[in-house]
Amino acid sequence: MKKLSITTSFVAIAATLAVSFSASAHRAWVLPSSTVLSGEEAYVTFDAAISNTIFHPDHFAMNTDDLVVTAPNGETKETENSARGKYRTTFDVKLEQEGTYKITSFSSGIRAFWKDDEGKRKMWPGRGEAYVAEEFATSVPKEATDLRITQGSRRVETFVTLGEPSEKVFTPTNEGLELIPVTHPNDLFATEAATFTLLIDGEPAVGAEVEVVRGGMRYRNDQETISVTSNDEGQFEVTWPQAGMYFIEIGYKDDKAEKPATVRTGSYSGTFEVLPL
Amino acid sequence: MKVRNGLAIASGALGLMLASSVSMAAQSVTLDIALPQLDVAEYHKPYVAVWIENNKRKSTQVAVWYDVDMREHEGKEWLKDLRQWWRRGGRSLDLPFDGLTSATKGPGTHLIDTQLNSALAKLSDGDYTLRVEASREVGGREVLSIPFSLPLSAKILPVTVEGKSEIGRVSLRLEDE
Repeated sequence: MKKLSITTSFVAIAATLAVSFSASAHRAWVLPSSTVLSGEEAYVTFDAAISNTIFHPDHFAMNTDDLVVTAPNGETKETENSARGKYRTTFDVKLEQEGTYKITSFSSGIRAFWKDDEGKRKMWPGRGEAYVAEEFATSVPKEATDLRITQGSRRVETFVTLGEPSEKVFTPTNEGLELIPVTHPNDLFATEAATFTLLIDGEPAVGAEVEVVRGGMRYRNDQETISVTSNDEGQFEVTWPQAGMYFIEIGYKDDKAEKPATVRTGSYSGTFEVLPL
Repeated sequence: MKVRNGLAIASGALGLMLASSVSMAAQSVTLDIALPQLDVAEYHKPYVAVWIENNKRKSTQVAVWYDVDMREHEGKEWLKDLRQWWRRGGRSLDLPFDGLTSATKGPGTHLIDTQLNSALAKLSDGDYTLRVEASREVGGREVLSIPFSLPLSAKILPVTVEGKSEIGRVSLRLEDE
C-alpha cells in the first residue's frame, strides 16, 4: 500500500472507502469536452467534480492532485491551466501524439472503524485527515469493540483519442479495481454493445456491481440506470440505448484483503462518450 | 472499371474493357453527388467522404472533401465529424492523400469518376455498400448508402438515393466516355 501524501477530500475518500459498498454516496467524475479528435494536435478540456447529478457540478470540486495523464506511448503528461472552483476543477490536456490517452485519479489505503471504551465510534484516518500508512500501528488499537479494517481503492477515469485509437494505456497496473476495455472506449456507438473486463489487483473481479447512467439526468424523471454484474471472467457488456455521455460506476468487495484488513473493496467510475450512428 | 454498352463487367483490371457486338461506345461508372442549396444564416461548405464497405465492413476509400488548404492542416480538426467515415478508416489515413482528398465543394452536383473507378478496380467480386457522408459546420450530418455487387451489372444502373438534409441526390450511373 503506497503512502498517500495527498489530502484527498474527505468526501472523495468516503465515497470509496465507506463501508456501504453500494455505489450511491457521491459520484466522482472527470468529464472531457471531446473524446474523439482529429488533426495534427488538439486540446481537450476537462471538468472534475463530485456530485450525484452526473456531469452537473453542484456539490464539490474534485481534488486532482493525484490525477495522472498517460499518453499513447505510456509516458505521463502534465495537465495545463488547472483551476479549482467552488464546484468543479478544470484542466486541459494537449494531445500531441496520435492514439489513446488515459486520465486517471487513483488512491488506495487502509481504513479502520471501531468503538472506544466509552462506546464512541472511532475511525482512522479521522475525518479530514490524510492517510499515512505508517501511522496505522500507533493510531488503530490492536483490539477494540466492533473493530473493522478495510483495504480500499478508488479510481476515477476517462479516455480520449487523437486520430487512430491505440491500446497501450490499457495495460493493467494491477492495483485496485481496473477497467480493461475489450471494446475500445473511444469507439462507442448508440445501439451497439461494448464489453469491458474488470480486474481487482490484477485478477478478474467477479461479481462486481456495475451501474451505467447517461448524462443529462436533470432533464428526465427516470434515471434510466442500467445495472449489470461482472461474470466469472470479470467481464460485463453494455448496450448503449442512445448517444450521449455516460457514467459507469462500479463497486467490488471481497474478503481477500491484505492483513490486518479483513475486507477488500474497490470502486471505479468512468466517463464514456457514445456517438450517434 | 469501365462498362461498354450495358454488359456486365467483372471487377479488377481484367474487366476493364469488354467489347460489345452492338456498339463500341465506352462507358464508365460515375457517381453524382448533389449538395443542396441551404437557406441558412451561416453556411459553410460541408465536409464529404465517399467510401466502399465490404460485408465485413472493411473499407476502400474513394474521396474526401475537406478544408485541405487551411494553414498548418487546421482543416483536419473537423474530419472526425464525418463520424462514420472516421470510424471506417478515415482515422487511419495520413491526409492529405493524393488521389483521395480535394477541397470542399458548394451546392450543386459533383461528379466522382476516376477515383471511383480506381477504388472499384481494387475490389474482388462480392457484395458491397457505397457510402456518402456529409457533415457541415453549424449544420447537420447525413449518411447515404447504395448497396451493390461486383461484378457490377449495368442493368441495375443507375441507382439513385435521395438525402433528406445535408445531401441531395446521389446517383451511381454509367457515363459515356
